[in-house]
Amino acid sequence: MITARYHREVPQRFRLEANKCVSCGHINFPPRLVCPKCKGQKFDNVVLKDEGKLLTYTILRVAADRFSKETPIAVGIVELEDGVKITTQIADVDVDTLQIGQKVKLVLRKIQEDGKAGILCYGYKAVVI
Amino acid sequence: MVGIVGYGAYLPRYRIKAEVIAKQWGSDPVAIVRGLQLNEKTVPGMDEDTITISVEAAKNAVRRAQINPQEIGAVYIGSESHPYAVKPSGTILIDALGIGPDVHVASYEFACKAGSEAMFVAYSLVKAGEMKYAMGIGADTSQGAPGDALEYSASAGGAAFIMGKEKVVAEILFTHSYTSDTPDFWRREGEYYPRHGGRFTGEPAYFRHIIGAGIALLEKSKISPKDFKYAVFHMPNGKFPMEVGKRLGFTKEQIETGWLVPYMGNTYSGSSPTGLAAILDVAKPGDLIFMVSFGSGAGSDGFIFRVTDEITKVQDRAVKTRELLDNNKIYLNYGEYAKFRRKIKLNE
Ligand SMILES: [Zn+2]
Repeated sequence: MITARYHREVPQRFRLEANKCVSCGHINFPPRLVCPKCKGQKFDNVVLKDEGKLLTYTILRVAADRFSKETPIAVGIVELEDGVKITTQIADVDVDTLQIGQKVKLVLRKIQEDGKAGILCYGYKAVVI
Repeated sequence: MVGIVGYGAYLPRYRIKAEVIAKQWGSDPVAIVRGLQLNEKTVPGMDEDTITISVEAAKNAVRRAQINPQEIGAVYIGSESHPYAVKPSGTILIDALGIGPDVHVASYEFACKAGSEAMFVAYSLVKAGEMKYAMGIGADTSQGAPGDALEYSASAGGAAFIMGKEKVVAEILFTHSYTSDTPDFWRREGEYYPRHGGRFTGEPAYFRHIIGAGIALLEKSKISPKDFKYAVFHMPNGKFPMEVGKRLGFTKEQIETGWLVPYMGNTYSGSSPTGLAAILDVAKPGDLIFMVSFGSGAGSDGFIFRVTDEITKVQDRAVKTRELLDNNKIYLNYGEYAKFRRKIKLNE
Protein backbone atom coordinates (compact mmCIF):
# COMPACT_ATOMS: atom_id res chain seq x y z
CA MET A 1 0.00 0.00 0.00
CA ILE A 2 1.43 3.36 -1.05
CA THR A 3 -1.48 5.52 0.04
CA ALA A 4 -0.01 7.58 2.92
CA ARG A 5 3.32 8.55 1.35
CA TYR A 6 1.68 9.34 -1.98
CA HIS A 7 -0.90 11.56 -0.28
CA ARG A 8 1.79 13.45 1.63
CA GLU A 9 3.62 14.27 -1.62
CA VAL A 10 0.58 15.62 -3.47
CA PRO A 11 1.51 19.35 -3.16
CA GLN A 12 4.78 18.62 -5.01
CA ARG A 13 3.58 15.94 -7.42
CA PHE A 14 0.41 17.81 -8.45
CA ARG A 15 1.21 21.48 -7.99
CA LEU A 16 5.03 21.78 -7.93
CA GLU A 17 4.96 23.57 -4.57
CA ALA A 18 8.44 24.57 -3.39
CA ASN A 19 9.99 27.07 -0.98
CA LYS A 20 12.45 29.90 -1.59
CA CYS A 21 15.06 30.99 0.94
CA VAL A 22 14.41 34.57 2.04
CA SER A 23 18.10 35.36 2.59
CA CYS A 24 19.80 33.78 -0.47
CA GLY A 25 16.94 33.07 -2.88
CA HIS A 26 17.70 29.35 -3.25
CA ILE A 27 14.61 27.34 -4.26
CA ASN A 28 14.07 23.96 -2.56
CA PHE A 29 11.96 21.33 -4.27
CA PRO A 30 10.59 19.61 -2.27
CA PRO A 31 10.51 22.34 0.42
CA ARG A 32 13.12 22.14 3.22
CA LEU A 33 13.30 23.48 6.77
CA VAL A 34 16.94 24.58 6.51
CA CYS A 35 18.48 26.13 3.38
CA PRO A 36 21.29 23.87 2.08
CA LYS A 37 23.12 26.95 0.68
CA CYS A 38 23.11 29.43 3.59
CA LYS A 39 21.48 27.53 6.49
CA GLY A 40 18.67 30.13 6.49
CA GLN A 41 15.41 29.08 8.07
CA LYS A 42 12.98 31.63 6.60
CA PHE A 43 11.22 30.73 3.37
CA ASP A 44 8.50 31.99 1.04
CA ASN A 45 6.18 29.46 -0.57
CA VAL A 46 6.55 29.39 -4.34
CA VAL A 47 5.19 27.31 -7.22
CA LEU A 48 7.72 26.17 -9.84
CA LYS A 49 7.40 27.24 -13.47
CA ASP A 50 5.96 24.40 -15.56
CA GLU A 51 8.16 24.99 -18.62
CA GLY A 52 11.87 24.50 -19.14
CA LYS A 53 14.49 22.68 -21.23
CA LEU A 54 15.90 19.20 -21.31
CA LEU A 55 19.45 19.18 -19.87
CA THR A 56 20.13 15.48 -20.33
CA TYR A 57 18.29 12.17 -20.60
CA THR A 58 18.63 8.42 -20.62
CA ILE A 59 16.53 5.66 -22.09
CA LEU A 60 15.45 2.71 -19.92
CA ARG A 61 14.96 -0.38 -22.06
CA VAL A 62 14.73 -2.77 -19.14
CA ALA A 63 12.48 -1.49 -16.37
CA ALA A 64 11.21 -2.71 -13.00
CA ASP A 65 8.32 -5.20 -13.26
CA ARG A 66 5.67 -2.56 -12.71
CA PHE A 67 6.89 -0.51 -15.69
CA SER A 68 8.12 -3.38 -17.88
CA LYS A 69 5.28 -2.98 -20.41
CA GLU A 70 5.99 0.74 -20.85
CA THR A 71 9.56 0.50 -22.16
CA PRO A 72 11.41 2.22 -23.69
CA ILE A 73 11.07 4.91 -21.01
CA ALA A 74 12.80 8.27 -21.35
CA VAL A 75 13.94 9.87 -18.09
CA GLY A 76 15.56 13.27 -18.11
CA ILE A 77 16.80 16.18 -16.06
CA VAL A 78 14.81 19.29 -16.85
CA GLU A 79 15.88 22.82 -15.97
CA LEU A 80 12.72 24.80 -15.33
CA GLU A 81 12.49 28.52 -16.17
CA ASP A 82 13.15 29.42 -12.54
CA GLY A 83 16.45 27.51 -12.59
CA VAL A 84 15.27 24.50 -10.59
CA LYS A 85 16.43 21.15 -11.97
CA ILE A 86 14.13 18.15 -11.60
CA THR A 87 14.34 14.53 -12.68
CA THR A 88 11.27 13.39 -14.56
CA GLN A 89 9.96 10.92 -17.10
CA ILE A 90 9.42 12.28 -20.62
CA ALA A 91 6.06 11.19 -21.98
CA ASP A 92 4.58 11.00 -25.51
CA VAL A 93 7.90 10.71 -27.26
CA ASP A 94 9.63 8.61 -29.87
CA VAL A 95 12.81 8.11 -27.81
CA ASP A 96 14.99 8.18 -30.94
CA THR A 97 14.02 11.79 -31.64
CA LEU A 98 14.85 13.24 -28.19
CA GLN A 99 17.46 15.99 -28.14
CA ILE A 100 19.24 17.81 -25.35
CA GLY A 101 18.04 21.41 -25.19
CA GLN A 102 14.49 20.68 -26.34
CA LYS A 103 11.79 22.82 -24.74
CA VAL A 104 9.52 20.83 -22.47
CA LYS A 105 6.44 21.40 -20.35
CA LEU A 106 5.33 19.55 -17.22
CA VAL A 107 1.90 17.88 -17.36
CA LEU A 108 -0.07 15.72 -14.95
CA ARG A 109 0.05 12.02 -15.83
CA LYS A 110 -0.59 8.70 -14.18
CA ILE A 111 2.73 7.59 -12.68
CA GLN A 112 1.82 4.13 -11.46
CA GLU A 113 -0.98 1.86 -10.33
CA ASP A 114 -0.81 0.14 -6.96
CA GLY A 115 -1.54 -3.28 -8.42
CA LYS A 116 -4.84 -4.17 -10.07
CA ALA A 117 -7.09 -2.98 -7.21
CA GLY A 118 -5.00 -0.31 -5.45
CA ILE A 119 -4.96 3.44 -5.94
CA LEU A 120 -3.84 5.26 -9.07
CA CYS A 121 -0.89 7.57 -8.46
CA TYR A 122 -0.57 10.77 -10.46
CA GLY A 123 2.29 13.24 -10.80
CA TYR A 124 4.28 15.35 -13.25
CA LYS A 125 5.97 14.20 -16.42
CA ALA A 126 7.54 16.30 -19.15
CA VAL A 127 6.35 16.50 -22.75
CA VAL A 128 8.31 18.09 -25.59
CA ILE A 129 6.67 21.29 -26.87
CA MET B 1 -25.53 37.72 -18.11
CA VAL B 2 -24.11 34.33 -17.12
CA GLY B 3 -21.95 32.40 -19.54
CA ILE B 4 -18.50 31.03 -20.29
CA VAL B 5 -15.60 33.08 -18.87
CA GLY B 6 -12.86 30.62 -19.80
CA TYR B 7 -12.61 27.46 -21.87
CA GLY B 8 -9.93 24.95 -22.79
CA ALA B 9 -9.52 21.65 -24.59
CA TYR B 10 -7.06 18.79 -24.50
CA LEU B 11 -6.42 15.96 -26.96
CA PRO B 12 -3.78 13.19 -26.61
CA ARG B 13 -0.95 13.13 -29.18
CA TYR B 14 -1.30 9.50 -30.26
CA ARG B 15 -3.38 8.58 -33.32
CA ILE B 16 -4.49 5.51 -35.20
CA LYS B 17 -5.80 5.61 -38.76
CA ALA B 18 -9.17 4.03 -39.56
CA GLU B 19 -7.59 2.10 -42.43
CA VAL B 20 -5.11 0.46 -40.00
CA ILE B 21 -8.01 -0.81 -37.86
CA ALA B 22 -9.97 -1.91 -40.95
CA LYS B 23 -7.00 -3.88 -42.30
CA GLN B 24 -6.59 -5.63 -38.95
CA TRP B 25 -10.11 -7.04 -39.14
CA GLY B 26 -10.26 -7.57 -42.89
CA SER B 27 -12.85 -4.83 -43.34
CA ASP B 28 -13.10 -2.42 -46.25
CA PRO B 29 -11.35 0.83 -45.26
CA VAL B 30 -13.14 2.77 -47.99
CA ALA B 31 -16.54 2.04 -46.42
CA ILE B 32 -15.34 3.38 -43.08
CA VAL B 33 -13.50 6.44 -44.32
CA ARG B 34 -16.12 7.47 -46.89
CA GLY B 35 -19.23 5.99 -45.28
CA LEU B 36 -18.71 7.08 -41.69
CA GLN B 37 -16.26 9.90 -42.53
CA LEU B 38 -13.72 8.71 -39.98
CA ASN B 39 -10.09 9.10 -41.07
CA GLU B 40 -8.25 8.72 -37.76
CA LYS B 41 -8.80 9.07 -34.04
CA THR B 42 -6.95 10.10 -30.92
CA VAL B 43 -5.59 7.43 -28.59
CA PRO B 44 -4.67 8.16 -24.96
CA GLY B 45 -1.12 7.42 -23.81
CA MET B 46 -0.76 4.57 -21.31
CA ASP B 47 -0.43 7.21 -18.58
CA GLU B 48 -3.46 9.25 -19.66
CA ASP B 49 -7.05 8.90 -18.48
CA THR B 50 -10.18 10.99 -17.98
CA ILE B 51 -8.57 12.68 -14.98
CA THR B 52 -5.33 13.75 -16.70
CA ILE B 53 -7.26 14.91 -19.79
CA SER B 54 -9.64 16.92 -17.59
CA VAL B 55 -6.73 18.50 -15.72
CA GLU B 56 -5.03 19.70 -18.93
CA ALA B 57 -8.31 21.05 -20.36
CA ALA B 58 -9.13 22.76 -17.05
CA LYS B 59 -5.67 24.38 -16.86
CA ASN B 60 -6.25 25.83 -20.33
CA ALA B 61 -9.66 27.15 -19.19
CA VAL B 62 -8.11 28.84 -16.12
CA ARG B 63 -5.33 30.31 -18.32
CA ARG B 64 -7.99 31.91 -20.52
CA ALA B 65 -10.24 33.11 -17.69
CA GLN B 66 -7.27 34.42 -15.68
CA ILE B 67 -9.17 33.96 -12.43
CA ASN B 68 -8.03 32.81 -9.01
CA PRO B 69 -8.78 29.05 -8.93
CA GLN B 70 -9.81 29.48 -5.29
CA GLU B 71 -12.92 31.35 -6.48
CA ILE B 72 -14.25 28.29 -8.33
CA GLY B 73 -17.12 26.99 -6.20
CA ALA B 74 -17.95 23.80 -8.08
CA VAL B 75 -16.15 21.32 -10.34
CA TYR B 76 -18.08 18.68 -12.27
CA ILE B 77 -16.46 16.11 -14.56
CA GLY B 78 -18.77 14.28 -16.95
CA SER B 79 -17.42 11.01 -18.36
CA GLU B 80 -18.29 7.41 -19.05
CA SER B 81 -14.68 6.40 -18.36
CA HIS B 82 -14.00 7.70 -14.86
CA PRO B 83 -10.86 5.74 -13.80
CA TYR B 84 -12.38 4.67 -10.49
CA ALA B 85 -15.73 2.91 -10.04
CA VAL B 86 -15.79 4.37 -6.51
CA LYS B 87 -13.78 7.59 -5.97
CA PRO B 88 -14.46 10.91 -7.66
CA SER B 89 -12.31 12.12 -10.56
CA GLY B 90 -12.69 15.78 -9.60
CA THR B 91 -10.83 15.56 -6.29
CA ILE B 92 -7.55 14.91 -8.11
CA LEU B 93 -8.32 17.77 -10.48
CA ILE B 94 -9.00 20.33 -7.73
CA ASP B 95 -5.76 19.40 -5.95
CA ALA B 96 -3.83 19.72 -9.22
CA LEU B 97 -5.29 23.17 -9.97
CA GLY B 98 -5.28 24.56 -6.44
CA ILE B 99 -9.08 24.75 -6.21
CA GLY B 100 -10.82 24.27 -2.86
CA PRO B 101 -11.07 22.60 -0.38
CA ASP B 102 -14.12 24.93 -0.15
CA VAL B 103 -15.64 23.54 -3.35
CA HIS B 104 -18.47 21.24 -4.46
CA VAL B 105 -17.20 18.33 -6.57
CA ALA B 106 -19.06 15.56 -8.38
CA SER B 107 -18.60 13.01 -11.16
CA TYR B 108 -21.36 12.98 -13.78
CA GLU B 109 -22.33 10.11 -16.01
CA PHE B 110 -24.80 9.94 -18.92
CA ALA B 111 -23.00 8.16 -21.76
CA CYS B 112 -21.84 10.85 -24.23
CA LYS B 113 -23.71 13.78 -22.74
CA ALA B 114 -22.15 13.82 -19.27
CA GLY B 115 -20.00 16.80 -20.28
CA SER B 116 -22.89 19.03 -21.36
CA GLU B 117 -24.67 17.99 -18.16
CA ALA B 118 -21.71 19.22 -16.11
CA MET B 119 -21.77 22.48 -18.10
CA PHE B 120 -25.52 22.93 -17.57
CA VAL B 121 -25.33 22.44 -13.79
CA ALA B 122 -22.26 24.71 -13.50
CA TYR B 123 -24.12 27.40 -15.45
CA SER B 124 -27.28 26.98 -13.36
CA LEU B 125 -25.42 27.35 -10.05
CA VAL B 126 -23.79 30.61 -11.14
CA LYS B 127 -27.12 31.86 -12.51
CA ALA B 128 -28.78 31.04 -9.17
CA GLY B 129 -26.17 33.16 -7.41
CA GLU B 130 -24.78 30.23 -5.41
CA MET B 131 -21.18 30.91 -6.41
CA LYS B 132 -18.97 33.21 -8.46
CA TYR B 133 -17.52 30.56 -10.78
CA ALA B 134 -18.28 26.91 -11.55
CA MET B 135 -16.48 24.55 -13.91
CA GLY B 136 -18.07 21.89 -16.11
CA ILE B 137 -15.87 19.37 -17.95
CA GLY B 138 -16.56 16.64 -20.49
CA ALA B 139 -13.76 14.10 -21.01
CA ASP B 140 -13.44 10.46 -21.98
CA THR B 141 -11.03 7.69 -22.96
CA SER B 142 -13.68 5.46 -24.43
CA GLN B 143 -13.24 1.92 -25.66
CA GLY B 144 -14.82 0.00 -28.50
CA ALA B 145 -14.67 -3.79 -28.50
CA PRO B 146 -12.02 -5.13 -30.92
CA GLY B 147 -13.55 -5.51 -34.38
CA ASP B 148 -16.74 -3.64 -33.40
CA ALA B 149 -17.84 -0.62 -35.44
CA LEU B 150 -17.20 1.55 -32.36
CA GLU B 151 -13.50 0.77 -32.55
CA TYR B 152 -13.17 3.18 -35.48
CA SER B 153 -14.60 6.07 -33.50
CA ALA B 154 -14.06 5.65 -29.73
CA SER B 155 -11.30 8.13 -28.93
CA ALA B 156 -9.99 10.35 -26.14
CA GLY B 157 -10.13 14.05 -25.33
CA GLY B 158 -12.07 16.67 -23.48
CA ALA B 159 -12.94 20.28 -22.85
CA ALA B 160 -13.53 22.43 -19.77
CA PHE B 161 -15.72 25.50 -19.34
CA ILE B 162 -15.70 27.97 -16.46
CA MET B 163 -19.06 29.68 -15.99
CA GLY B 164 -19.29 33.13 -14.44
CA LYS B 165 -21.00 36.52 -14.58
CA GLU B 166 -18.08 38.91 -15.21
CA LYS B 167 -15.92 39.13 -18.34
CA VAL B 168 -18.13 36.55 -20.04
CA VAL B 169 -16.78 35.47 -23.45
CA ALA B 170 -19.94 33.63 -24.56
CA GLU B 171 -23.30 34.34 -22.91
CA ILE B 172 -25.73 31.47 -22.53
CA LEU B 173 -29.04 32.80 -23.91
CA PHE B 174 -31.16 29.63 -23.84
CA THR B 175 -30.91 25.99 -22.76
CA HIS B 176 -33.16 22.99 -23.28
CA SER B 177 -32.87 19.31 -22.41
CA TYR B 178 -34.79 16.42 -24.00
CA THR B 179 -34.68 12.96 -22.40
CA SER B 180 -36.42 9.56 -22.66
CA ASP B 181 -35.68 5.96 -21.74
CA THR B 182 -34.13 4.57 -24.94
CA PRO B 183 -31.79 1.55 -24.66
CA ASP B 184 -29.59 2.30 -27.71
CA PHE B 185 -26.16 1.83 -26.05
CA TRP B 186 -25.15 0.66 -22.60
CA ARG B 187 -22.48 -1.01 -20.50
CA ARG B 188 -23.45 -3.18 -17.55
CA GLU B 189 -21.50 -2.94 -14.28
CA GLY B 190 -18.32 -5.03 -14.51
CA GLU B 191 -18.39 -5.31 -18.32
CA TYR B 192 -15.31 -3.96 -20.09
CA TYR B 193 -16.78 -2.92 -23.44
CA PRO B 194 -20.15 -1.25 -24.13
CA ARG B 195 -22.92 -2.86 -26.21
CA HIS B 196 -25.16 -1.09 -28.68
CA GLY B 197 -28.35 -1.62 -30.61
CA GLY B 198 -26.72 -1.34 -34.06
CA ARG B 199 -29.00 0.64 -36.37
CA PHE B 200 -31.33 1.32 -33.44
CA THR B 201 -28.76 3.91 -32.27
CA GLY B 202 -29.68 6.19 -35.20
CA GLU B 203 -33.31 7.29 -35.66
CA PRO B 204 -34.95 6.55 -32.26
CA ALA B 205 -31.90 7.62 -30.30
CA TYR B 206 -29.45 10.12 -31.82
CA PHE B 207 -31.78 11.85 -34.29
CA ARG B 208 -34.94 11.89 -32.15
CA HIS B 209 -33.26 13.45 -29.11
CA ILE B 210 -31.07 15.99 -30.87
CA ILE B 211 -33.98 17.10 -33.06
CA GLY B 212 -36.26 17.21 -29.98
CA ALA B 213 -33.90 19.47 -28.06
CA GLY B 214 -32.97 21.44 -31.19
CA ILE B 215 -36.54 22.28 -32.25
CA ALA B 216 -37.45 23.29 -28.69
CA LEU B 217 -34.42 25.61 -28.55
CA LEU B 218 -35.28 27.23 -31.87
CA GLU B 219 -38.90 27.74 -30.75
CA LYS B 220 -37.92 29.10 -27.32
CA SER B 221 -35.39 31.53 -28.75
CA LYS B 222 -37.34 32.50 -31.88
CA ILE B 223 -33.96 32.54 -33.64
CA SER B 224 -33.84 30.99 -37.09
CA PRO B 225 -31.05 28.52 -38.06
CA LYS B 226 -29.70 30.94 -40.68
CA ASP B 227 -28.98 33.54 -37.97
CA PHE B 228 -26.37 31.32 -36.28
CA LYS B 229 -22.75 31.56 -37.31
CA TYR B 230 -21.92 28.10 -35.97
CA ALA B 231 -23.64 24.86 -34.94
CA VAL B 232 -22.17 21.84 -33.16
CA PHE B 233 -23.77 18.50 -32.41
CA HIS B 234 -22.61 15.31 -30.76
CA MET B 235 -20.23 13.58 -33.20
CA PRO B 236 -20.35 9.76 -32.99
CA ASN B 237 -19.09 9.68 -36.60
CA GLY B 238 -18.66 12.20 -39.39
CA LYS B 239 -22.01 11.57 -41.03
CA PHE B 240 -24.54 11.92 -38.17
CA PRO B 241 -23.84 15.52 -37.10
CA MET B 242 -23.98 16.76 -40.71
CA GLU B 243 -27.26 14.88 -41.25
CA VAL B 244 -28.94 16.04 -38.02
CA GLY B 245 -27.78 19.60 -38.68
CA LYS B 246 -29.31 19.49 -42.16
CA ARG B 247 -32.62 18.22 -40.78
CA LEU B 248 -32.71 21.11 -38.30
CA GLY B 249 -32.00 23.64 -41.05
CA PHE B 250 -28.27 24.23 -40.64
CA THR B 251 -25.70 24.24 -43.45
CA LYS B 252 -22.39 22.40 -43.81
CA GLU B 253 -20.57 25.75 -43.46
CA GLN B 254 -22.13 26.39 -40.05
CA ILE B 255 -21.18 22.92 -38.78
CA GLU B 256 -17.69 22.49 -40.28
CA THR B 257 -15.72 24.58 -37.75
CA GLY B 258 -16.67 22.40 -34.78
CA TRP B 259 -16.78 19.20 -36.83
CA LEU B 260 -13.56 17.67 -35.46
CA VAL B 261 -14.66 14.05 -35.68
CA PRO B 262 -13.03 12.96 -38.99
CA TYR B 263 -9.58 13.38 -37.40
CA MET B 264 -10.43 13.25 -33.68
CA GLY B 265 -12.94 10.42 -33.48
CA ASN B 266 -15.74 10.37 -30.93
CA THR B 267 -14.49 11.75 -27.62
CA TYR B 268 -17.84 10.80 -26.04
CA SER B 269 -18.53 13.23 -23.16
CA GLY B 270 -15.88 15.48 -24.73
CA SER B 271 -17.39 15.40 -28.23
CA SER B 272 -19.62 18.45 -28.69
CA PRO B 273 -17.71 20.29 -25.90
CA THR B 274 -14.39 20.03 -27.83
CA GLY B 275 -16.30 21.09 -30.97
CA LEU B 276 -17.56 24.14 -29.04
CA ALA B 277 -14.01 24.91 -27.86
CA ALA B 278 -12.80 24.83 -31.50
CA ILE B 279 -15.58 27.25 -32.45
CA LEU B 280 -14.78 29.65 -29.59
CA ASP B 281 -11.13 29.64 -30.76
CA VAL B 282 -12.16 31.44 -33.97
CA ALA B 283 -15.50 33.07 -33.08
CA LYS B 284 -16.00 36.83 -33.33
CA PRO B 285 -18.01 39.16 -31.08
CA GLY B 286 -21.74 38.88 -31.77
CA ASP B 287 -21.61 35.37 -33.29
CA LEU B 288 -24.44 33.05 -32.27
CA ILE B 289 -23.57 29.39 -31.59
CA PHE B 290 -26.06 26.50 -31.50
CA MET B 291 -25.01 23.36 -29.59
CA VAL B 292 -26.86 20.10 -28.89
CA SER B 293 -25.17 17.13 -27.23
CA PHE B 294 -26.43 13.54 -27.20
CA GLY B 295 -25.99 10.79 -24.65
CA SER B 296 -27.26 7.27 -25.12
CA GLY B 297 -29.91 6.04 -22.82
CA ALA B 298 -30.95 8.70 -24.01
CA GLY B 299 -30.97 12.49 -23.91
CA SER B 300 -29.73 15.77 -25.35
CA ASP B 301 -28.72 19.08 -23.79
CA GLY B 302 -29.00 22.16 -25.97
CA PHE B 303 -27.45 25.61 -25.56
CA ILE B 304 -27.54 28.87 -27.48
CA PHE B 305 -24.46 31.04 -26.94
CA ARG B 306 -23.80 34.63 -27.98
CA VAL B 307 -20.12 35.52 -28.24
CA THR B 308 -19.09 38.83 -26.60
CA ASP B 309 -16.32 41.40 -27.17
CA GLU B 310 -14.24 39.65 -24.46
CA ILE B 311 -13.60 36.64 -26.71
CA THR B 312 -10.70 38.19 -28.63
CA LYS B 313 -8.78 38.79 -25.37
CA VAL B 314 -8.83 35.14 -24.30
CA GLN B 315 -8.46 33.19 -27.55
CA ASP B 316 -4.64 33.33 -27.63
CA ARG B 317 -4.05 32.76 -23.92
CA ALA B 318 -3.98 28.94 -24.29
CA VAL B 319 -3.48 26.30 -26.98
CA LYS B 320 -6.24 26.13 -29.61
CA THR B 321 -8.22 22.94 -30.23
CA ARG B 322 -7.22 22.68 -33.91
CA GLU B 323 -3.55 22.97 -32.88
CA LEU B 324 -4.04 20.02 -30.53
CA LEU B 325 -5.67 18.12 -33.38
CA ASP B 326 -3.10 18.95 -36.08
CA ASN B 327 0.27 19.14 -34.26
CA ASN B 328 2.66 16.68 -32.58
CA LYS B 329 0.86 13.57 -33.81
CA ILE B 330 2.38 10.15 -33.12
CA TYR B 331 0.86 7.34 -35.20
CA LEU B 332 0.42 3.84 -33.76
CA ASN B 333 0.11 0.50 -35.52
CA TYR B 334 -2.65 -1.87 -34.41
CA GLY B 335 -0.36 -3.84 -32.09
CA GLU B 336 0.80 -0.71 -30.28
CA TYR B 337 -2.78 0.50 -30.12
CA ALA B 338 -3.96 -2.79 -28.61
CA LYS B 339 -1.22 -2.54 -26.01
CA PHE B 340 -2.01 1.10 -25.22
CA ARG B 341 -5.70 0.34 -24.81
CA ARG B 342 -4.95 -2.78 -22.72
CA LYS B 343 -6.70 -5.07 -25.18
CA ILE B 344 -3.96 -7.67 -24.74
CA LYS B 345 -4.22 -10.14 -21.88
CA LEU B 346 -1.08 -10.24 -19.72
CA ASN B 347 0.06 -12.37 -16.83
CA GLU B 348 -0.61 -10.58 -13.56
ZN1 LIG C 1 19.53 30.30 1.63
